[in-house]
Amino acid sequence: MKDFAALFTQIDQTTKTSVKTEALAAFFRKANDEDKLWCIALFSGRRPKRAVTTTQLREWAAERAEVPLWLLEESYPIVGDLAETIALLLPEGGETSNESLSFWVKELIALSQVDLDARKPRILAAWDRLDATERFLFNKLITGGFRVGVSQKLMTRALALATGQDEAVLALKLMGGWTPQTTSYHALIEADSPDADASRPYPFYLAHPLESAPDELAAPQDWQAEWKWDGIRGQLILRDGAQYLWSRGEELITDRFPEFARTVDFLPPGTVLDGEIVTWDGAAPMGFSTLQPRIGRKTVPKKLLKEAPVILLAYDLLEVGGEDLRDRPLHERRARLDTLLQDIPPEAAVRPSPVIRFEDWQSLADTRDTARAARAEGLMLKRLSSPYQIGRKKGDWWKWKLDPLTVDAVMIYAQQGHGRRAGLFTDFTFAVWKGNELVPFTKAYSGLTDAEFGQITTWVRKNTLERFGPVRRVSPEHVFEIAFEGIQASPRHKSGIALRFPRMARWRHDKPPQEANTLKDLQDMLALYG
Amino acid sequence: MADPLLTFTDRGIYCPRGDFYIDPWRPVDRAVITHGHSDHARPGHRAYLATHQALPVMRHRLGEITAQGLDYGETLDIGGVTVSLHPAGHIPGSAQVRVEHRGEVWVVSGDYKTTPDGLCEDFEPVQCQHFVTECTFGLPVFKWKPQAEVAGELNAWWAEQAAQGGFAMLGAYSLGKAQRLLHMLDPGIGPILTHGAVEATNEILRGQGYDLPMTEQVTPDMDVKSRTGALIIAPPSALGSQWARRFKGASTGFASGWMRLRGVRRRRSTDRGFVVSDHADWDGLLEAIKSTMAENIYPTHGYTDIFARYLNEIGYTARVVPTEFGGDEDDQETAA
Ligand SMILES: [Zn+2]
Ligand SMILES: [Zn+2]
Repeated sequence: MKDFAALFTQIDQTTKTSVKTEALAAFFRKANDEDKLWCIALFSGRRPKRAVTTTQLREWAAERAEVPLWLLEESYPIVGDLAETIALLLPEGGETSNESLSFWVKELIALSQVDLDARKPRILAAWDRLDATERFLFNKLITGGFRVGVSQKLMTRALALATGQDEAVLALKLMGGWTPQTTSYHALIEADSPDADASRPYPFYLAHPLESAPDELAAPQDWQAEWKWDGIRGQLILRDGAQYLWSRGEELITDRFPEFARTVDFLPPGTVLDGEIVTWDGAAPMGFSTLQPRIGRKTVPKKLLKEAPVILLAYDLLEVGGEDLRDRPLHERRARLDTLLQDIPPEAAVRPSPVIRFEDWQSLADTRDTARAARAEGLMLKRLSSPYQIGRKKGDWWKWKLDPLTVDAVMIYAQQGHGRRAGLFTDFTFAVWKGNELVPFTKAYSGLTDAEFGQITTWVRKNTLERFGPVRRVSPEHVFEIAFEGIQASPRHKSGIALRFPRMARWRHDKPPQEANTLKDLQDMLALYG
Repeated sequence: MADPLLTFTDRGIYCPRGDFYIDPWRPVDRAVITHGHSDHARPGHRAYLATHQALPVMRHRLGEITAQGLDYGETLDIGGVTVSLHPAGHIPGSAQVRVEHRGEVWVVSGDYKTTPDGLCEDFEPVQCQHFVTECTFGLPVFKWKPQAEVAGELNAWWAEQAAQGGFAMLGAYSLGKAQRLLHMLDPGIGPILTHGAVEATNEILRGQGYDLPMTEQVTPDMDVKSRTGALIIAPPSALGSQWARRFKGASTGFASGWMRLRGVRRRRSTDRGFVVSDHADWDGLLEAIKSTMAENIYPTHGYTDIFARYLNEIGYTARVVPTEFGGDEDDQETAA
């Protein structure tokens, strides 16, 4: 476990991706096959079956640390992580262990097969033999959620560095339902994978935000406009009778979206589409909040598949009949895309993202104002003559997003953050006026600078009127401009509304609380944009 | 029952019989000050009382003040109340305030740590019936390693940068933490450079006879290249600033008790976090409280609610006292 703990410390101490990648690659060059396999497994979201419940862990740790359980429970939200809380609480064990990562993982697997009574002494013995960092990692293996700033993508890149294999090939090898118990490092990584080439994606071309009106882009007839959708950017690849879906982070997400399994029946092999994955109600996207539960899941329950089906709104054609089209101008790629998709049936889960016709920039600006009604975030502008470039090349693709909606609101409750924000008041509840009463309508957590969070924290400490557990009611003095992307009716909320992606845009030091907005203002917005 | 010797008002901790305040946060006539940190020593009082050791820094920070100095352990009669100051082990010159009248004894801890750091006056337990204690780190997850161990980590990090011809830049508060770290450093590794705010305090403390290694203040025309391998100590606010940019590629570190928490370490986004605090950890707090023999405990700044609940559970009579300490400097990871 020492090597793995050292790796973790290196990764945890840096924010630089290159340093993380190099540290992981060094681990992959040095570790034995079994440790490598478990390392890959952990950083791709696989973990051993839970050997003990978190309730048991808490009880045993409190007992070992000789503190009452409630004190552990109170410490947990401040530390922000149960595995860490326990690691910090436990007294020094006094022993050491030179056993490997896979030894401890296998110990946990073995534990899940023995009697409940036999588990406690073995967990306590493990704690005694591990140092602080090792304990934290050991606890993490039990509690799960092994997120330590290493994405599967980063891990794959490190593995590519260490093995000399192509990253995309490795990404493909790591797909699917394997576990370290069902495979070996050799079988998973070193053996050949015949379909690797078939799955390889093209690098995505990314748009830049348009800061002002598009007038300076000159002639409107040189540009194509589309809706800017609020989904996940995706590249759908159909080659050799199989389909592969890549996200913009160049992560292979085929398994998460079984909707596309049938595209091979409707589109010819050698086709690559670029577009946006959105949840679809049959006529329009259902909004990002419905897509969210789908993103993190490797397997999708039937119910979710029914409630939140996805489609690809395709807007570019990168390959057709196996021919790379990226050097062809956009207008040609688009025409061939439209031809390709013109007769495609709904069950293919692929549709063309419509092109928006416009005469001049003013009429396009008017269209942009209706984006919310179209369930879009704004517009995309793409130069008709442009090739499909690589990465964030400026000049040919622009995103022209809607300005967020804003409302001035009074802060009435504050709560401390946890994890990265422990010790700071960062979670606030905001209210608007209804007559003389302040009605809470939203929470917001982000948007202020660290200095501002520090300032408001000091203020909250001095201006607490009442405490309800971790929540403090503060005197209603400060006004913040709350920006948000959308507004919906919500019977669950006292105010009757719910906001999409609210954040603090500005601290309005200049505004007294009396001048904050009213509930009526919000209701008017709801009528207009809801 | 007679009125208590100390009361808690919205100006600060008050002794009605002696008509003085301890670390008040609004201007008063007479203030007894535990130490020079700005949440404890505030401007605007008519008269100040503190240890001789604390006064030079207070004068530097507060400007012209009317102040009287006391030796540690020396007693002063204020309106029939006996007042004395005792080492708190927090920063050079820091004190606990002992207040006595007819056998009723209160001690106000100010900020304190119980383990010696080799630089400031060692904490000294003072028996009393009523103990007003800070509890900045009043949770059992806060436990400090021995100073020598952390000094080893610190010097190893510095030596690593020096070996590569780079710089190590350490963020630390200009009063207290900076000097404590200086004291922990191994000057054999390379030159030690300081930001002006840190050096100003160094000068004062050196003048008082505190033992600090040789340092050199960074000036605008300094030839930085000739000082590769240096460790630079600067206030946390200077770390990301224009000032820091001359030390290209410097590895950054930060030293605070909060660095014990991974989440806080990550939020600071410095390269290294060192767990060094001038406040008592969980065991230190409990040990200090026990050694006062007091039954009545008044936790002030920190995790007061949780700490008081625990104290009540193990047999003390604890009552949380809201104060305006904290929110500044050493005990506030947010201000950095
Ligand atoms: Zn202090
Ligand atoms: Zn303090």
